[in-house]
Amino acid sequence: MADKAKFAEMTMEHMPALYGAALRMTRKPADAEDLVQETYLRAYRGFESFTEGTNLKAWLYRILTNTFINIYRAKKRRPQESDVEDIEDLYLYRRLGGESTAPTGRSAEDLVMESITEAEVKEAIEELPDQFRIAVLLADVEGFSYQEIADIMEVPIGTVMSRIHRGRKALQKALFEFGKRRGLVSDDGDGVEGPAASRRGDQD
Amino acid sequence: MTEEDQAGGCADGDVDKCREALMQIYLYLDGELTQDERVQVSLHLADCAPCEHAFGFETELKALVSRCCCEPVPAGLRERIAGALGLT
Repeated sequence: MADKAKFAEMTMEHMPALYGAALRMTRKPADAEDLVQETYLRAYRGFESFTEGTNLKAWLYRILTNTFINIYRAKKRRPQESDVEDIEDLYLYRRLGGESTAPTGRSAEDLVMESITEAEVKEAIEELPDQFRIAVLLADVEGFSYQEIADIMEVPIGTVMSRIHRGRKALQKALFEFGKRRGLVSDDGDGVEGPAASRRGDQD
Repeated sequence: MTEEDQAGGCADGDVDKCREALMQIYLYLDGELTQDERVQVSLHLADCAPCEHAFGFETELKALVSRCCCEPVPAGLRERIAGALGLT
């Protein structure tokens, strides 16, 4: 077996990152803890196969991702990848009117960005189909390169790009819906109306 | 919607450049462009306020996702895992 002390020394520092990802994947703290523990057990058992000097963090994420998909994913019906097929590019930005509302005061997208809560962002992320959510998390939170994400998810790099792209569009659509519910944006995508418009007026 | 609208209304009037920049927006944000490609996009952004604004928005969104996903490790998890590994 691998040297336990050495394994611990090398891998324990990655626990906060792994736990953060696990929580966004499973959505439940108890499941996230179990997932991280199982990841460490599997990593320890497979530590002989890890080549020192290569990317340990990516290796741990690969185990985390595989474990999640094998154990937790089957439990629950998730939104399907196909549900988000035809969302336009830069969805949120364009629905909020782009820069057209910007010249004076602040734009609709700035207002939405400022008023969106952390809980809403988390909810929007958690609602993404698994493969999109994982790809976006690996890119945005961990800053892995597309090649690293391809290795972690064991798919071609083109698939990674597609998942990140479609995941971000779906995320933007979800955030737009939050903005709509709050009356920050209008349904037809014309940007500011109602409370947001008066807020904007107040600042001029 | 006209192409110009789609590109966000280009300040320097070159819609092709806007379209090209916006197609590369995620590659740019994710650090996947070559140095040369990056410079080309940056030069366009310096000339084009609408594209610069769109890039700023997407940058902010990426940062927001990152910020919202940092979670403290729950008390006891480290010890629990150390125990499961037989380290204690």
